[in-house]
Amino acid sequence: MRIFDPHIHMTSRTTDDYEAMHAAGVRAVVEPAFWLGQPRTSPETFYDYFDSLLGWEPYRAAQFGIQHFCTIALNPKEANDPRCLPVLDELPRYLAKDRVVAVGEIGYDSMTKEEDEVLARQLQLAVEHGLPALVHTPHRDKAAGTRRTLDVVRESGIAPELVVLDHLNELTVGMVLDSGCWAGFSVYPKTKMSEDRMVRILREHGLDRVMVNSAADWGSSDPLKTRKTGLAMLADGFTADDVDRVLWRNPVAFYDQSGRLDLDDTDGEPKPDDTSSFEGNSIRRGGE
Amino acid sequence: MPNSGTAPHPSLPLTPEARAWLDTALTEIATAPTTIRTLFPAVRRHCGRAPLPDGRTVDEAVRALLLAALPLRDQALTDEVGALHRYGDPAEQRAVLRALPRLDPEGTGRFLDLVRQTLRGNDNTLIEAALGPYAAAHLPADEYRQAVLKCVFCEIPLARVAGLDDRADAELARMLGDFASERTAAGRPVPEDIAPFLHPFTTSGTTTSGTTIHGTE
Repeated sequence: MRIFDPHIHMTSRTTDDYEAMHAAGVRAVVEPAFWLGQPRTSPETFYDYFDSLLGWEPYRAAQFGIQHFCTIALNPKEANDPRCLPVLDELPRYLAKDRVVAVGEIGYDSMTKEEDEVLARQLQLAVEHGLPALVHTPHRDKAAGTRRTLDVVRESGIAPELVVLDHLNELTVGMVLDSGCWAGFSVYPKTKMSEDRMVRILREHGLDRVMVNSAADWGSSDPLKTRKTGLAMLADGFTADDVDRVLWRNPVAFYDQSGRLDLDDTDGEPKPDDTSSFEGNSIRRGGE
Repeated sequence: MPNSGTAPHPSLPLTPEARAWLDTALTEIATAPTTIRTLFPAVRRHCGRAPLPDGRTVDEAVRALLLAALPLRDQALTDEVGALHRYGDPAEQRAVLRALPRLDPEGTGRFLDLVRQTLRGNDNTLIEAALGPYAAAHLPADEYRQAVLKCVFCEIPLARVAGLDDRADAELARMLGDFASERTAAGRPVPEDIAPFLHPFTTSGTTTSGTTIHGTE
């Protein structure tokens, strides 16, 4: 089972996770820029975070045979803090990078006026840079928030096939697929979505424009939920090709619209990034 | 050094489209240097990243050409190159680090801070790129020794560190000897490539042969 996790926050995960993910079949991931547990209070700390998503984390992932790409944006929660807004002015510099395959995560948290403006402005940036957009749907008041998100997406003029709305559930999947956007599902140990519910949704809505992710982060989450969903699909009678479509071909097709998803050959053993020597890596060895 | 106008890249394996993109980019940078801020990150997407016989990659060689086309001097050049490094991804940063000797032909050491920032990091590909001829020519002796020892820890082959034959000294031999003792006491292997630098300097007063080295001792 080859797996592309289209949404996972590896910054918060350990090298044990990387090893387990590779053993489970994960060969590529997209890490969206988002909020951390601790709120940020200045633009500069975002730039260091973006640099990490473009530098340190791909380097770390490569030691475990996993290709790492990212999405860059000012997230909706921190869009409400005026101290963080100057980040918007530096985004074009980051959206020009090779491993940035979408603008994201954008969207709503509390559905404030500030979030409205920042969402619209970043959808515009996606259009200007020819990038897809990864849109987070709010955990609270999700159905209303999803409807409002779709309105803003329509008004922005971005092509719906360039947009994925994420963290969907039984009540929001229909309107998203009807809009022409992609539907993302975050399979979690307790909240958001489970493997069995995911399988029922796939039975009802089909496999078109659907992506499954672990959205694993610093909270209670599981970076192997993608594989567990694949196993639940097989147990329910889906074919191996169906699983490959949901867990690999679909996310590849979505992010490939960026023109920057430069995937290496995914067969074989862990390979070093460019010029680094895998054998001599200090992370793998134990970091000194 | 501004582009002379004749094609400076005849040997690079570029498609006609890539060559046209590069020619346009060089002209734009020569006339409006801030355009390098968006051209520099876009090199791989236009020119590729195939390996070259000289050990570089196409994108790195093309980025070196873009840097060489900057019509800037002194502080303006330092600032523009520093910002490209600050906002660069690892491939961009490697290209900047490897281009430093050409960007500072007078040997002022004005870009040494980029080397120092890199040496505080943990990406072996960047550390290797930082320890080229520029670091060998300009890093003070104590910092150079620490960088060599860091390579040993990170298992970067010492053959990739520029200037080591000239700059190895008695103090580095002592540091590597202590490192080897620590490893031996722990029952862990000692990298073989430190052997040539362990014992040749048994007396004090050993000097390096470089002329532009600014020791701080």
